[in-house]
Amino acid sequence: MSQSLLSVRGLRVSFSRKEVVHGIDFDIAAGEKLALVGESGSGKTVSALSLLRLAQGAQITGEAQFDGRNLLALTERELRGVRGADIAMIFQEPMTALNPLFSIGDQIAEVLELKQGVSRAEAMRAAIQLLADTGIPEPERRSRSYPHQLSGGQRQRAMIAMALACKPRLLLADEPTTALDVTLRVQILDLLGDLQRSHGMAVLMITHDLNLVRRFADRVAVMENGHVVEHGTVATVFGSPQHAYTRKLIDSRPVRDVIEPAQAVAAAPPVAQGKSIQVRYPVPQAGIRGWFRKGEFTAVQGADFSVPAGRTLGVVGESGSGKSTLALATLGPIACDGQLQINGGSWGGGAATDKALRRAVQVVFQDPFSSLSPRLTVEEIVGEGLLVHATELSEAQRRDRVLQALAEVGLTDAQFPGLLMRYPHEFSGGQRQRLAIARALIIEPRLLVLDEPTSALDVTIQKQVLQLLQRLQRDKGLSYLLITHDVDVVRAMAHEVLVMKAGEIVESGPVDEVLERPRHDYTRTLVQAAA
Amino acid sequence: MDAAASSLGAAAPASVPVSLSPARRAWLRFKRNRLGFWSLVVFSVLFVLSLAAELISNDKPLVARYQGQWYAPIVQNVPETAFGGDFETPTDFLDPFIQQQFDKPGNFALYPLNPYHHQTINYFAKQPSPAPPSADNWLGTDDRGRDVAARLLYGFRISVLFALALTFIGVVLGVITGAIQGFFGGKTDLAFQRFIEIWSSMPELYLLIIFSAVFEPSVSLLLILLSLFGWMGLSDYVRAEFLRNRQLDYVRAARALGLSNWQIIRRHVLPNSLTPVVTFLPFRMSAAILALTSLDFLGLGVPPGTPSLGEMLQQGKTHLDAWWISLSTFGVLVMTLLLLTFMGDALRDALDPRKADA
Repeated sequence: MSQSLLSVRGLRVSFSRKEVVHGIDFDIAAGEKLALVGESGSGKTVSALSLLRLAQGAQITGEAQFDGRNLLALTERELRGVRGADIAMIFQEPMTALNPLFSIGDQIAEVLELKQGVSRAEAMRAAIQLLADTGIPEPERRSRSYPHQLSGGQRQRAMIAMALACKPRLLLADEPTTALDVTLRVQILDLLGDLQRSHGMAVLMITHDLNLVRRFADRVAVMENGHVVEHGTVATVFGSPQHAYTRKLIDSRPVRDVIEPAQAVAAAPPVAQGKSIQVRYPVPQAGIRGWFRKGEFTAVQGADFSVPAGRTLGVVGESGSGKSTLALATLGPIACDGQLQINGGSWGGGAATDKALRRAVQVVFQDPFSSLSPRLTVEEIVGEGLLVHATELSEAQRRDRVLQALAEVGLTDAQFPGLLMRYPHEFSGGQRQRLAIARALIIEPRLLVLDEPTSALDVTIQKQVLQLLQRLQRDKGLSYLLITHDVDVVRAMAHEVLVMKAGEIVESGPVDEVLERPRHDYTRTLVQAAA
Repeated sequence: MDAAASSLGAAAPASVPVSLSPARRAWLRFKRNRLGFWSLVVFSVLFVLSLAAELISNDKPLVARYQGQWYAPIVQNVPETAFGGDFETPTDFLDPFIQQQFDKPGNFALYPLNPYHHQTINYFAKQPSPAPPSADNWLGTDDRGRDVAARLLYGFRISVLFALALTFIGVVLGVITGAIQGFFGGKTDLAFQRFIEIWSSMPELYLLIIFSAVFEPSVSLLLILLSLFGWMGLSDYVRAEFLRNRQLDYVRAARALGLSNWQIIRRHVLPNSLTPVVTFLPFRMSAAILALTSLDFLGLGVPPGTPSLGEMLQQGKTHLDAWWISLSTFGVLVMTLLLLTFMGDALRDALDPRKADA
């Protein structure tokens, strides 16, 4: 602790006189990996950004000794010398952090030219070497690629190469793997670990993912509402958490709580059944041929699945694996080839059958912020389905049904005075997701399509929403088609599971069988990445 | 209601949050911008006053009493003979003879604040027209001896009414066309976009010149012609908003519930797409005022004799020595446009989703 590289004391950050970070202290020794953990809004990102004074419109007080200098007292000019050279930063979303108009080689070389004053040719050579160090294949060719030509993992590698260009002594990594697929996460994390060792730099990792912390960090600081509530080595904090909030975070791993449905329900025919389902999109073709005919992209290829009554079918896969397309095909808006039976009917059989099917299948989306119209009140949002499917209800009856649906998802008037007249912006992410569930449940569907229902939520909230879904399934005998990238969620929720990769189902079966004894390589990687 | 809500909020800010609709919160943010809010107040007051221009600036007395009898010349047409004149013609109340008659004991006439109508020619001016500002004509007269203050007041009214009408028509057309393009997308969008490209490449000014030669120039003709071309800018914004909003999850959820297209547009997409429309209202109004003014300046606008700011600027240009014409018109124009711009700025800030409200 004596040889700390960065020592932060009493850091306070406020935005327009509202304090969000209330005087936090932490130290990083040279070559150490510290993780700053917390949920969204805990102030972890703002704290890191304000070290380099990159948080816009923030008033910052306190002290941050870096190498004998107080970062917070430096002039803008002096600080510019520190940024990139001594302290570098990588961001969550590489697509927006890289300039789309320059090749990645140019962007890395630019850093070297600016910070180290080397010639253009030398800088380009160094850039290629850096790309090679980060494990990008064919670094010479790739250095001339533009960000959109790279895959997500390669972009993140390129950004790491850029951050490491000047051999910084401290790397601030803001959720460096959150935007990546699970299997890539492990690779990037390993890469960061390797580079950290070979460069001997310190890393401040900002994350909400506890698996990542366990895998990567030496020490951890837990933040809640702008305070550091606990810090210490990873082993002690995770082994014997002292603070209630830390315990809550560690306990937030979803718990399996599913029961086999009652005999009568289980014997019923499957709610949804698909045989050799195929979904194709037209895509523009390159070159002159694209003028005359469209190419085709097959998003889902020959998928067989069945959602048993009263049970959950989990669909796991990475982005682009076709799992969301499969969900949308079940839901109706995307046309598909093959035989798709939902509740004994199929889409496209005229307005009346479609309407009956709509009543049987409902959906909950990932992002609770875009799935509720900001200009409607809770009553209007939740009661919307009744306007279509239960037109015979009077206004008072409708209101009763809305209140009943809200109570089922755990929102009551006692908790939120004037609940029905409120607007979505007054609710947190988890509460919004409850509203979305209530909206789907009010017309009493048999099948609920859950498209990444908890991915946008904080871990502790995630657990609560999953528990709510488990309870609703038990009480109402609902069937779920659960789309997720998170193996933990599937393990907690599903009876059966499908693993999808590049539009095809690579493995399927009961959840414990598939996840405990995976047969396919890809499933094995997925399961290992999540552990 | 408003006061009650805010005092409630002040008394218990955390425990009893007052539920406000997004539109209401935007209004509160707008009110907090003092420059914008007071611009709205001043502009509204000026507009309401100009609507009552006949009571403020008119050459006929509001009420008159002559030899024991009451008259309301502002609404009735009284021949000169009623007041001891020689002819059956309508009375010229600025005539020194008539004024002498009213000065006699027992008679009186209550004149408006500014005793000139915009058409009134002051035949009894003490100086040749254009006459500089004086006690009789506060802002002087123009080259035909008409009172500048009166013409400005009526001209302001026509400009604002014209701008309101043009903006309203433009908004209705723009929202409808933008909504159709954005919501249905695909081929509908493609066809409409090509149509807009062709339509917007029509030479608007030449059409105006041709039409003003073919038809009798009038305010309504001008309104129709400008409306034909004025909706396209807004339509693009509404289209973009619709394109963005129609693929948001709440629209997909509404589809999954089985709502019809019309229900989805009305309940979900339209209310969430109106931000650019509202933000642009003041700017569109000032653009409309400027358009009318410049067309009048070029002589392509309203028929001769109509009080108009553009026509006054034209006079100011012809009579550069009569500084009171150009200066006062310029002042009115600058003030109007400035007020609208301040309102627009405040409105834009109030509707900016990135600005959180405290």
